[in-house]
Amino acid sequence: MRGYVREVAQRIFAQEFRESNLSFKDGDDIYAPQYLLTPTAAKVNRLFIVGTLTETEDIGTETEYWRGRVSDPTGSFLVYAGQYQPEAAQMLSECETPSFVAVVGKPTTFTTQEGDIITSVRPESINVVDEGTRDLWVMDTAENTLDRIEVLDETQPNIVKANEHYNTDKKYYVELVLKALESLEEEVIR
Amino acid sequence: MDIKETANNIRARFSELGLDISIDEIEERLEKLLTKFKVPEDEAYRSVVNYFLKEHNVSKNSFYSSNQFDVPQMKISDLSEDGQWVSIKGRIAQLWENSHESIDQVGLIGDETGVIKFTKWKNANLPEVAEDKTYTFKNVVVNEWNEKFQLNLNKTSSIVEEDDEIEIGTSVITFTGAMVDIQTGSGLIKRCPECNRALTKGACNEHGKVNGIYDLRIKAVFDDGFSIQEAIIGREMTEKLADISLDNAVAMAADALDQGVVHEHLMKTLNGRYYTISGSKLERYILVDEIYMETELNKERLVELISKAQELV
Repeated sequence: MRGYVREVAQRIFAQEFRESNLSFKDGDDIYAPQYLLTPTAAKVNRLFIVGTLTETEDIGTETEYWRGRVSDPTGSFLVYAGQYQPEAAQMLSECETPSFVAVVGKPTTFTTQEGDIITSVRPESINVVDEGTRDLWVMDTAENTLDRIEVLDETQPNIVKANEHYNTDKKYYVELVLKALESLEEEVIR
Repeated sequence: MDIKETANNIRARFSELGLDISIDEIEERLEKLLTKFKVPEDEAYRSVVNYFLKEHNVSKNSFYSSNQFDVPQMKISDLSEDGQWVSIKGRIAQLWENSHESIDQVGLIGDETGVIKFTKWKNANLPEVAEDKTYTFKNVVVNEWNEKFQLNLNKTSSIVEEDDEIEIGTSVITFTGAMVDIQTGSGLIKRCPECNRALTKGACNEHGKVNGIYDLRIKAVFDDGFSIQEAIIGREMTEKLADISLDNAVAMAADALDQGVVHEHLMKTLNGRYYTISGSKLERYILVDEIYMETELNKERLVELISKAQELV
């Protein structure tokens, strides 16, 4: 029997992540991994983000609970770290803003009283990185997203599921990618 | 079951082993078991064979083993199935010291495609193998343990010494991706002075409590968004990459009264960046020979991607 297999960290732009609200479990038992299916059918149990940490705030009442906003060319990710993510929480409490950070983490969803589903990231690690790493990530994520969009007409179960649930507008996500790539292009030429 | 045919088969197999057994006697025994005692066919076959084996003092293995002589000759990198019987031709890359009394020899055998651990058990009664010589291991079992494949040589296996030289393959693999984790067992570690294994809680798996020797290494996870690749980065490269010397690391740990600070330092300076690594693959890991951090954006790729996206809009 194969042992534990580590989940790949998916590359998703903030806007697509924010528009995701379909989470499901693979299998019935309580230890089955949890996934978030995005509009372009990325099946996310872990993600890798590089962006600008723009704000940090301790929103905890009794114990520290840190929230950080990490923005990319399309929007921003919310990152929450509390006592069970001590390294990440400490990082958020010490980190200057703005600065470039790389975050490896798990997607989580939260349903508001109005029934809206909010996605956020529970970090496994947060690193301060440089602008070059951010640029590489934008290109990496653009490439990954385009690859997913290109196969969106295929009939794998998760692709069908994503199309049914989100009624995904391919053009919209291509434009999102294009926007991100063009922001890079300006910078490289500059 | 055709009694005559089965009896003939049994007789033929025994005569291969140099024993002449009366066909009538075999038939009679089969007949009795099948018709009088209504024993299932395969059980009757087994029972008759075993009777004659005992009678002539022949081991079961020598009777059955040759049936498995047709096991496929495989290349090491193609081994993928737990419990598979194969033959492997390769050169002994390394023999390890072994302290377990039921193990005769243990080490690594390699062919053009890679290396694999083998264990030769004492009760297999096989000839000694020597480092750097080429052999064919016939009829050995592939076992998967801890996600790694290894070969077991048992009583039914045989070893044939070969004349040809085999160049052990170090298929070099290159991987580009982000470093997304540094696993436990990284940073400042201690190794056993006897066998060089990493110690866990100050003890060696093989030699127990020993006075360990400090070393620095990284067991990192790289991820390109499609797959992950684990890699081991040795001391020299770790020192260069993280701008830390082994002495520094020891001092840091002594200062903090905690080896964990070195792990933290590596995590802080290296994780979350893009790298290209290359090296030979051993089981799940790439043993890194070369690593460099990706810093430059590939502009042609950027232009390509933009035009690809524009076409898709």
